[in-house]
Amino acid sequence: MSSVTDSAPPAASGGRPLAERTSATPTQLHEWLRQMLLIREFEVRTMQAYQDKKIGGFCHIYIGQEAVAVGCTAAVQHADPVVTAYRDHGHALARGMDPKYCMAEMFGRIGGCAKGKGGSMHMFDKPNNLFGGHGIVGAQTPLGTGLAFAKKYQDEVIDGGVNKHVTLCFLGDGALNQGGFYEAMNLASLFDIPVIFVVENNGYSMGTSIERGTSMSHRIIAKGEGCGLTGYEIEGMDVLTVYEEMKKVADTARAESRPAMVDLRTYRFKGHSMSDPRKYRTRDEEQHWEAGDPITRLRDAMIEGGLIDEEGFKALNKVQKTVVREAINWAEQSPEPDISELYTDVYVEKFGPYTGTSMPQIVTDAEASP
Amino acid sequence: MSERIIEFRDALREAMSQEMHRDPRVFLLGEEVAEYDGAYKVSRGMLEEFGPRRVIDTPISESGFAGMAIGAAMLGLRPIVEFMSWSFSLVAADPILNNAPKMLYMSGGQFGCPIVIRGNDGAGGQLGSTHSWCVEGMFSNVPGLKMAIPAFPDDAKGMLATAIRDDDPVFFLESERLLAMKGHVPEGDHYVPFGKAVVRRPGTDVTLFSFGRPVHFCLDAAEELAKEGISCEVIDGRTIRPLDIDTIVESVRKTNACVVVDQSWSFGSPGSEVAAQVHAHCFDDLDNHVMRVHSADVPSPYAANLEQAFLPNARRIAEAVRSALYVA
Repeated sequence: MSSVTDSAPPAASGGRPLAERTSATPTQLHEWLRQMLLIREFEVRTMQAYQDKKIGGFCHIYIGQEAVAVGCTAAVQHADPVVTAYRDHGHALARGMDPKYCMAEMFGRIGGCAKGKGGSMHMFDKPNNLFGGHGIVGAQTPLGTGLAFAKKYQDEVIDGGVNKHVTLCFLGDGALNQGGFYEAMNLASLFDIPVIFVVENNGYSMGTSIERGTSMSHRIIAKGEGCGLTGYEIEGMDVLTVYEEMKKVADTARAESRPAMVDLRTYRFKGHSMSDPRKYRTRDEEQHWEAGDPITRLRDAMIEGGLIDEEGFKALNKVQKTVVREAINWAEQSPEPDISELYTDVYVEKFGPYTGTSMPQIVTDAEASP
Repeated sequence: MSERIIEFRDALREAMSQEMHRDPRVFLLGEEVAEYDGAYKVSRGMLEEFGPRRVIDTPISESGFAGMAIGAAMLGLRPIVEFMSWSFSLVAADPILNNAPKMLYMSGGQFGCPIVIRGNDGAGGQLGSTHSWCVEGMFSNVPGLKMAIPAFPDDAKGMLATAIRDDDPVFFLESERLLAMKGHVPEGDHYVPFGKAVVRRPGTDVTLFSFGRPVHFCLDAAEELAKEGISCEVIDGRTIRPLDIDTIVESVRKTNACVVVDQSWSFGSPGSEVAAQVHAHCFDDLDNHVMRVHSADVPSPYAANLEQAFLPNARRIAEAVRSALYVA
């Protein structure tokens, strides 16, 4: 366990004034705090709903890693594609998905982002350029290369300009050991495809620590470097650091149209999934990381910087509790999919028993709003 | 329309080339498709025609480039992925089976996957066990994909053009053994609709249903059987998904006998599915149960004589027809 705890972040802000630590505006900082509180509250209530059997199947909780999704998505533009693995609620919310669609999806309701056909592991949000939510470890990495390829192809081959986009492809450290990931990096490098592989390195692939499952675990960016990707190691428990460093990575990848690999050191405070008793790690280790809670760190930094006080923080948190409670109410009131939905969205074309396809409410609502 | 005669492989290229001229979102990628002109010369000249941004040589990395193409299709591009052989698709099983056919469903209709995956399928060249896959046996099991298997040059062009225009993922299976076959192919736009089987030889005594290369074995068998006074109706299914069961049923209601010929293994195959559907639709019309001719239920062998015995052929088809008609 040594390298897991060695890479744990300091709990304090380091004594530097907030203005020196970030280029973000007060408005941005408030927004990140709001997003992280929203994700935290959403996940707490998700665990409760799972235990109440309102959510079925596999369910992976993002608590502890909030600074990663929030800091990374803040570092790119809304038009830039994002794709991730199955621990995806945080990315969906950070990308701007209304939590009601996310919760309804897990409840298996028609109002879910995928009409209740995807579940916890398959959050898709076309209006917010989120391309899933993918369940097989590493499967999203060739897709990430392809999304970035498509944006570059559109910009350069079809529109005749220069590449304007960068794609964020999140993966866990467990995906480091899947072959498809190496193929995705190799192709991205060969074809100068601007995709950033963000490894959310929480130290464990399910119950296997990174030391037990991954060679070169002390320096995983060597794997990207082997394919010609520039590698970055970023402390992932502090959203200010994540944003500042990821902004540079994203700006460089966009400008140079080159792929990159990022080792973002983080920690999941809960188990791999809802059924995980976490016997493979010590309570001491968990407490060490919990002391560096990313929400506490941002809150303290903002209090130090005079951007918020305890009362303001509590009020902001209370708003998120209300938002999530309303999302749950909305999800509960959304009907189950009609049985006829079984045969929609299998094929675009109608034939035989297949009834074609239609957009879910998350898309039609976005189109209806100005 | 001219009576122009070209090879099957050139018909395939013509479909790709015409669609790429029509739609800038269409591009071709795969191993050796550009500078080498394609391992089987299907994409000959396309690099010069469209340049390296649209005719893309990939490394030997099927999982990577198939997955990359699927990601690109999610954003609305229309990739044509060439697998040098469908046998190599097995290392890309996760992207082509878990992503392409399920993306529309998993995303609740948000992201389709308008991709064509094409390449050589089937045994016949003494390539041994690993390079002789008939993937239609496995892959036709998966809802969400379409599967097209042309048997003639004009269909090669018309079906591939339809596949490229299709909004759903299409698995397009070509037989390397047919690539040099010549036939009349229309020069301009030519689209063959999916889900429409065609009667290649009308007959009255038995319905012979097949798709892809074994259609030719069926026609050979029908020719032989005609000398014995047996009239075979040969149906070329063209696509397995969608399956045109109506044309088969209409024929069987006339002939009262049916032999299905499918070069994949018999267990859980398109042939077993067609037989089951014919039994369900034509139970009272059949004078015998549906007979099936498949590849032998063993790994594909190398030795020429063993491979010949392994594959469906006209002799085995004729035997099945005689058996179906109670002719000793």
